Amino acid sequence: MAIMFVLAIYFLLPIYFLFVAATKPQGDLVSTFGLAFSHFRLFENLGDLFGRSNGIFVQWALNSVIYAVLGAGVGTLISALCGYALAKFRFRGREFLFSVILGGVLVPTTALALPLFLLFSAAGLVNTYLAVFLPSIVSPFGVYLARIFASAAVPDEILESARLDGAGELRTFFSVSVRLMTPSLVTIFLFQFVAIWNNFFLPMVMLQKESLFPITLGLYEWNGQTVHIPDLQESVITGALVSVVPVIIVFVLLQRFWRSGLAAGSVK
Amino acid sequence: MTDLAVTAAGGRRRRGVGRPRAVTILAFVLPFILPFVLFYLVPVAYAVWQSFLVVRRTGGEYGTLYTTFGGFTQYAQALQNSEFWGSIGRIALFGIVQVPVMLFLALAMALLLDAPMLKLKSFFRIAAFMPYAVPGVIAAIMWAFLYSPQLSPVVELFKGIGLQPDFLGPGAVLWSAANVSTWLWTGYNMLIMFSALQAIPPDLYEAARLDGASDWAIAWRIKVPIIAPSIVLTTVFSIIGTLQLYAEPAVLRQISSNISSTFTPNMLAYAVASGNNYQQAAAISVLLAVITFVLSVGFMRLTSRRVGL
Repeated sequence: MAIMFVLAIYFLLPIYFLFVAATKPQGDLVSTFGLAFSHFRLFENLGDLFGRSNGIFVQWALNSVIYAVLGAGVGTLISALCGYALAKFRFRGREFLFSVILGGVLVPTTALALPLFLLFSAAGLVNTYLAVFLPSIVSPFGVYLARIFASAAVPDEILESARLDGAGELRTFFSVSVRLMTPSLVTIFLFQFVAIWNNFFLPMVMLQKESLFPITLGLYEWNGQTVHIPDLQESVITGALVSVVPVIIVFVLLQRFWRSGLAAGSVK
Repeated sequence: MTDLAVTAAGGRRRRGVGRPRAVTILAFVLPFILPFVLFYLVPVAYAVWQSFLVVRRTGGEYGTLYTTFGGFTQYAQALQNSEFWGSIGRIALFGIVQVPVMLFLALAMALLLDAPMLKLKSFFRIAAFMPYAVPGVIAAIMWAFLYSPQLSPVVELFKGIGLQPDFLGPGAVLWSAANVSTWLWTGYNMLIMFSALQAIPPDLYEAARLDGASDWAIAWRIKVPIIAPSIVLTTVFSIIGTLQLYAEPAVLRQISSNISSTFTPNMLAYAVASGNNYQQAAAISVLLAVITFVLSVGFMRLTSRRVGL
């Protein structure tokens, strides 16, 4: 019990520190103790954050949401279709295809992002939303999960009776199987959402235009400038808090989906 | 061949798995396969191709540049580069310490959460999993403030008991980065192990208990061997994650002069690519992919023989 409390403090302390720091005026960051509140200035800090550089932070937040929601949405749909086919249809090369897709998990970020940059600059896609969005929709791990979930959640008997009724496979998928797979689709969506939300290397390689940045890249750039513009420090802290809190809330609310997903992921 | 024919030929009913027309199967797999090929396989093939090229000059110093096939020249150069070995050495040291510490912590927490007498289970579970919601860059920025000598409450607390820790010093900075990774991923790994523990039917413990086995004995002799596949899985994920380390050291580099631009292999590849030597960067990336593959598959092979998966 005591060990668990020490660990819980370890996990929560940095987030608590961030919250306390986000409520302070810039001057108090250095002069007051980091874990105790001083002047409560959270709302002014938020105003500063959202007002800085013509509201660029709002743009970054919006970009993060666009990349993560659209990317995870499209990504979940195509992973589900592919994983479902791998689980439910018998066809030549099925296991080979699955191995190649799983192998994708092992490819290092630089091995992908750097050549992608060269290919995308040849295609004129660098510095566009598509440069970050298109690679984000591919999730080999999502296909892996979809295959496991589909074999567990969709009974063959239902598919057979749908076939006897003369329904096409795609129609059966969208009207019957998707409903049975809904909890697992939420899991895949969450995993991919977090992966895109956290992504940093790909946007860093692809984007120079600040207006296209996601929050991670924007705060990273600001953090690098605090040496010259100390005032930015308070905005980096407040921005970090703003980017973390909504996701934590969604997390806690959707916990049961995570647990079912992680459980399935650990079955070999 | 129809399902019926298969059934007759096989002499047993193959349950369920349909064999729709090729067009139907393509309609299901192509929406994923197409982007997968374009944004995964093509870049990898392109990186491999690039890694075999070299840029040369015609004639003397003022000749024009041209690109030509260079065989393993880029690989030979990477393998002779002391910065490459430096970065490999650093993440090897990082991984050998950080991965076991993190997974041991995760396992211990999972076992404690699974023990019947523990109170406040859901609080501990959520607390541990919360860092997973924090992007690596943001986590590193948060911890950077906690390491900074000017405004860290942690440094101040240490000063209170007469210590002067320098989290960003040359000897400590690698472990400060390791701490960020541990903070981020312990809860995630713990939850994978915990989910596996929950799937074990409780009556399995009853016989052991009748034989007088203690809770510890049950944990180490029964629970841990059963969830071994999950432990293997988390280890493989952690090995892959360690080899791809980028964001955390890149952020700490913004406040510490003790992190070079070539601190990890990914940082080295990026630095080399920024210097416009894409061919060399490609060779480094390919080497890293090969190392990742060998280590993950090697570890899985090794443990599957031991554990009997």
